[in-house]
Amino acid sequence: MTTETIRWTRKDLLGIAELSPAEIGLLLDTAESFSEVGERPIKKVPTLRGKTVINLFFEASTRTRASFEIAEKRLSADNVNFSTSGSALEKGESLIDTALNLQAMAPDLVVIRHGAPGVPHMLARRLQAGVINAGDGAHEHPTQALLDAFTIRRHKGRLAGLRVAIIGDIEHSRVVRSNIHLLNKMGATVVVGGARTLMPAAVEKLGVEVAYTLEDALRGADVVMMLRIQLERQGKMSFPSSKEYFRLFGLTRERLKLAKDDAIVMHPGPMNRGVEIASDVADGADSVILEQVTHGVSVRMAVLYLLSGVTAPEES
Amino acid sequence: MSSLLIHGGRIVDPSQGLDGPGDLLIEDGAVARVGGKIAQPKGAETLDATGLVVTPGLIDVHVHLREPGLEYKETVRTGTQAAAAGGFTAVACMANTVPVNDNRSITEHILLEARRSGFARVYPIGAISKGMLGQELAEIGDMVGAGAVAVSDDGLPVMNAELMRRALLYTQHYGIPVIQHAEDLTLTGKGVMHEGEWSTRLGLTGIPGAAEDVMVARDLILTEDTKGRYHVAHLSTARSLDLVRLGRSRGLRVTCEVAPHHLILTDEEVAKTNFSTHCKMKPPLRSSGDRDALIQGLVDGTVDCIASDHAPHHADEKDVEFDKAPFGILGLETTLSLCLDRFVHGGILSLSRLVELLSTGPARVLGLPGGTLKVGSPADVSVFDLDGEVTIVAAGFRSKSRNTPFDGWTLRGRPVATVLDGRKVAPLPPLP
Amino acid sequence: MHENLTPKNTILDAKQMARIIRRMAGEVVEMNRDLSDLLLVGIRTRGVPLAEQIASEIERMEGHKVPVGVLDITLYRDDLSTIAAQPQVKGTSLPRPIEGATVLLCDDVLYTGRTVRAALDELIDFGRPRAVKLAVLIDRGHRELPIQADVVGKKVPTSGDEVIEVTFQSTDGIEQVRILERKPPK
Repeated sequence: MTTETIRWTRKDLLGIAELSPAEIGLLLDTAESFSEVGERPIKKVPTLRGKTVINLFFEASTRTRASFEIAEKRLSADNVNFSTSGSALEKGESLIDTALNLQAMAPDLVVIRHGAPGVPHMLARRLQAGVINAGDGAHEHPTQALLDAFTIRRHKGRLAGLRVAIIGDIEHSRVVRSNIHLLNKMGATVVVGGARTLMPAAVEKLGVEVAYTLEDALRGADVVMMLRIQLERQGKMSFPSSKEYFRLFGLTRERLKLAKDDAIVMHPGPMNRGVEIASDVADGADSVILEQVTHGVSVRMAVLYLLSGVTAPEES
Repeated sequence: MSSLLIHGGRIVDPSQGLDGPGDLLIEDGAVARVGGKIAQPKGAETLDATGLVVTPGLIDVHVHLREPGLEYKETVRTGTQAAAAGGFTAVACMANTVPVNDNRSITEHILLEARRSGFARVYPIGAISKGMLGQELAEIGDMVGAGAVAVSDDGLPVMNAELMRRALLYTQHYGIPVIQHAEDLTLTGKGVMHEGEWSTRLGLTGIPGAAEDVMVARDLILTEDTKGRYHVAHLSTARSLDLVRLGRSRGLRVTCEVAPHHLILTDEEVAKTNFSTHCKMKPPLRSSGDRDALIQGLVDGTVDCIASDHAPHHADEKDVEFDKAPFGILGLETTLSLCLDRFVHGGILSLSRLVELLSTGPARVLGLPGGTLKVGSPADVSVFDLDGEVTIVAAGFRSKSRNTPFDGWTLRGRPVATVLDGRKVAPLPPLP
Repeated sequence: MHENLTPKNTILDAKQMARIIRRMAGEVVEMNRDLSDLLLVGIRTRGVPLAEQIASEIERMEGHKVPVGVLDITLYRDDLSTIAAQPQVKGTSLPRPIEGATVLLCDDVLYTGRTVRAALDELIDFGRPRAVKLAVLIDRGHRELPIQADVVGKKVPTSGDEVIEVTFQSTDGIEQVRILERKPPK
């Protein structure tokens, strides 16, 4: 394993784009150890005892926040949650003021999710604490890509050489961007599939194949990753109705046959059953969707663990 | 009689085809003699321009002075100080103030403030439509009578084609151009940066180049039909430039300006600077292909002038997430050094051609006096060091604001002295 | 393996190590009349080959295969906030439940006792053992916690700027124990 010589030295985890394959390997390997902690009777280790983690969620999110919370508690850290409803965040406090107030509380790590790209980067510049990006607009969602890669590796034994199809609203998805960076760096081939109205400009420049039909995207795929479609959110004139979307792009048992026989089906959640994915596929034998959630905790524990070491003082 | 002798410099005046060593004598605010060796008259003040370049005062035809109403960002006084510090003796200021400059009173106020401050000439550009609402024509004649030199709703496009057509017809009564901020807002949508590889990588909503091109195409057709005078503000795409060429080839009276940042930076800068809001402006930084085409436009003469689109914003306003920040960056105190460094030292333009783009061209586009050192013309002179190195320090700007992506850049070429109406207005005394 | 360290002398060669481990295995058998509850747990990294060798000696002597587990104590260390970067976690795996087991922790060197303390904390998070005993190849003294080994291969008094280096065939390619000296920087 090449991770023998590499140490984690970044204060923050803001995205996958800037990571090296060795760093990604270290994160995944560390997550393996934490996966084992999740199987013990006492699912707790004292590693982050006495450390404070602040969860700053400007966007509503049940599963990502819960996943981080569980990860933090399993590491024995103290955690504090800030969410938008009824707080100063909603009362229009500027981001800078929020950051300065947080700094005054001297947290060790801050986990942030926000609707605008670049916000974790703004905070990271201003805070001594390490900043973990839990999703910034349509830009990146690094821990999601890591848990996806962890899941794929568990089933396929590797990432290099695999064909991964990511299908859905590519334009607005942070999950797809982080996954593209990670899978490319680890030697997999990515094909993005979606309607022309949901495909961002110049996406092929990110090093992916582009498919405009579900069938073209699925053909020969080892991994099929479906993304959530939110027609109401898009607001624009991207797709007339969910019914039409399912007809063109919904993943059914029949269409899944175009992928490899042992292909696995993934979804970052939450799913829109009957819109992007049929129920029998979501609940079927090829689906690893629930495993992704389990692995999310291990991966986030690994991230918290590795980042917590970098804020240490130099005079050791 | 007050006299000023600028001696020992290299005089570059494209309007007279001058480029060589020579002195310049100013008497009572006008150019008395230019070229050759001039003996110092009794009682004359002197300005030693040895090793420096002496040109007609630079003119920036696209500046936002923010007064009235937004004085926390900039005022006529601080904006003209910034101009003088940057080597500019005249600026044309846009109408998107609060309230909008769509009438004689505000036009007069701006001129009064400019005269009181005395750091640069200010030529107000009046709004095209009342309140810049894009519905009815503003009192253009009244504003021209008060001193307006053109009309523009800049900050916003004139979306309504019929209104643009009327404006192109009506302005012909006053001999002024219509300046369009060319942008189809329905194509821009919630966009915050150029739509392309980098907006895709960064997950930011993109503004397609088409938003500008579609509007320029429409307006050129209207210009052809009305025979009006049309000027494209801050042109930013290769395709709009081609459209301007096409328009000219059909005999249209179309001119255009390009801003330094569109000639130097690209959309990748947003990624390089990790979402710095000092890379956010309209039109946005475009692709490298667009940038290269714009530079070619400087060389082949399609571009009439360089104008900074100086758009001050308070630091608090810019220090927010990229999506929320207002569009715009400063320009008055960086334009000259950037252009000397990148274009003259970069071997792209001759010094004479650059001076054309920064003084003769702007004067011609708006029909202003200036842009020349012919005997008898107003003594507006720019003196700068072609080779002197300078590091841009935003904290030292005369402008009230600090929103520039060029902070910390080290450039070759810097303004040294600025003369307005025969008076030295720069260098300014140091800030307290 | 170590920077700024120079070998001072070799205390044990491969043959001597094998003899000592054989004797340790005998002590373990003597101590534990009933081998059925016994679980050997090697503390990563070099406690593991020690545990494996003791187990194979016991199998040779008694014909009984004692299960061997691996304990990674990284997450339980008490010095994580003072070192430069997080050490690599390689994982723990225990072949049988801790509940009711007699655990023999194995480590190559017993020094301050902090590693053993961390190992005890971790073991107990897995369940309640009947008893925990400690076997170490080298005891070099300088305890900072009240911890003692039940089975000791060799006691080697050392000074603060010496380092005991234990290497095994499986982990390092050579079976020996050396004393290394910390040379002052030039």
